[in-house]
Amino acid sequence: MTVAVRTVGIRKRFGDHEVLKGIDLEVSHGEVLCILGPSGSGKSTLLRCINHLEVPDGGYAWVDGQIIGYDLQGDRLHELPVRRLRAQQSQLGMVFQHFNLFAHRTVLGNVIEGPMVVRRLPREAAVKRAMELLDMVGMAEKAGAWPSQLSGGQKQRVAIARALAMEPRVMLFDEPTSALDPELVGEVLEVMRRLAASGTTMIVVTHEIGFAREVADRVVVMIDGEIRESGPAAQVLADPADPRVRSFLGRVLARPSENTTENTQQRG
Amino acid sequence: MTSTPPVPALPPPDLPVRRLRHPGRWIAGALVVLVLGLLLWAFAVGKIRWPIVGEFLTAPVILKGFGWTLLITLCALVLGIVLGFAFGMMRLSANPVLRFASWLYVWVFRGTPVLLQLLIWFNIALIFPRLYIPGLVDMKMVEAVTPFVAAVLGLGVNEGSYLTEVVRGGIGSVDRGQVEAANTLGMTPGQTMRRIVLPQTMRLILPVLGNSAVGMLKFSSLAATIAMTEMLNAAQRIYFINGAVIELLFVCAIWYLAGTTVLSIGQYYLERHFGRSAGGRA
Repeated sequence: MTVAVRTVGIRKRFGDHEVLKGIDLEVSHGEVLCILGPSGSGKSTLLRCINHLEVPDGGYAWVDGQIIGYDLQGDRLHELPVRRLRAQQSQLGMVFQHFNLFAHRTVLGNVIEGPMVVRRLPREAAVKRAMELLDMVGMAEKAGAWPSQLSGGQKQRVAIARALAMEPRVMLFDEPTSALDPELVGEVLEVMRRLAASGTTMIVVTHEIGFAREVADRVVVMIDGEIRESGPAAQVLADPADPRVRSFLGRVLARPSENTTENTQQRG
Repeated sequence: MTSTPPVPALPPPDLPVRRLRHPGRWIAGALVVLVLGLLLWAFAVGKIRWPIVGEFLTAPVILKGFGWTLLITLCALVLGIVLGFAFGMMRLSANPVLRFASWLYVWVFRGTPVLLQLLIWFNIALIFPRLYIPGLVDMKMVEAVTPFVAAVLGLGVNEGSYLTEVVRGGIGSVDRGQVEAANTLGMTPGQTMRRIVLPQTMRLILPVLGNSAVGMLKFSSLAATIAMTEMLNAAQRIYFINGAVIELLFVCAIWYLAGTTVLSIGQYYLERHFGRSAGGRA
């Protein structure tokens, strides 16, 4: 498999706090990578550094032959002008914890905004594609609704369709189910499961261990701004080498989660 | 061993309910009606010649003055909104020079009385005798700054300084996530501002803009002091001659009320339009 995303020594600090201590990571085309780790371990910041929502203090992300945010000239990285940065960012689909649907646009309006404004698609083509995507996430019937009329799970499914409408090379998910009521988590994970099955390259920051076990090709565990464990999901989750990872996973697995397959089985 | 406590004999659920009386409300209402009636009576028998009010209500001079009032209001409001958005966005700029310029503008024009500003604009020829922009304009300042221009500049620039703060607050309260979502879709800063941030800012600041419009209609009467023949000035010119002071002031009051009423209705529909996305759950 060919490499789709690579992070090279990404470092980031907020004030005195070093959030990322040089992260090296590789994701292949069609691979699903789940990033786990306790709160404050830097996993969301890593995701936001990959698509340059946060500018890393050192290192960079590389996606399909492009260095995000920079132009390599000789032995120097030149910061890209905003337009070219945005063009790169539009190729990295982002799904936020808090959905961030445009509040003044309908469901359909949210999904066609990017294609029409950025990719300059004619309205008809944008609407046609948007309706296909909304159908895929089960939201076609709500195309005319306002975001304020939707449940959290519905909002997140629309947000996924909006990101997909840009036909991104990679999909980044920043704790997509963390802001949802427990009974709404399943519908979002189901959409992501189907997306993974269709061969989409995905990087998912999540707390859903069950999802990681079931869907991820590979899992990395971050603690204190470092990758402490990396490997196939089954191996990392079942038999982590690092004691801090073991203790973290122990705490997470002890916590009952409603949407993981294993818990359903336990209860059933 | 458990013993159930004895159930007291409760009344049936469908007993008639005697609602509580509110005699206080009746008394308060009656008092207010009485006071209003007295006021009405006082004005009816007071020394106001109502026929003269009726006569001048539609007098051409007054109507023409009201036309100027509306025109000043409209132009100054547009100028104020444009300046407010421009300086409001500058205030949030990453460039410290732009931020300082915006702060300076607000400091000067919000910190001095609008009447004083009107007088300065009207007399600006004393500072700059010529208005000279190479290739565009070259004329005497007294010809360029007519009372109308001075009124629009004075009221508009002053209003802009208030609206700068309003716009700054409005833009600041649009959720940061909206901008991030637009960024990840690849929208440029200009597109993000125009299509995502400003429409949502509008919804937040429309009530304030409505207030501005109503206020502007009334403040336009200040232009009477710089020889602008808007409605109040026209009325003054008439009562200097015929002595019907109160009657003509009442004529103005009626037209101002009519104007502000129309503006309030317009504001209602505008707010409904921009607020449509905030509807409750379906």
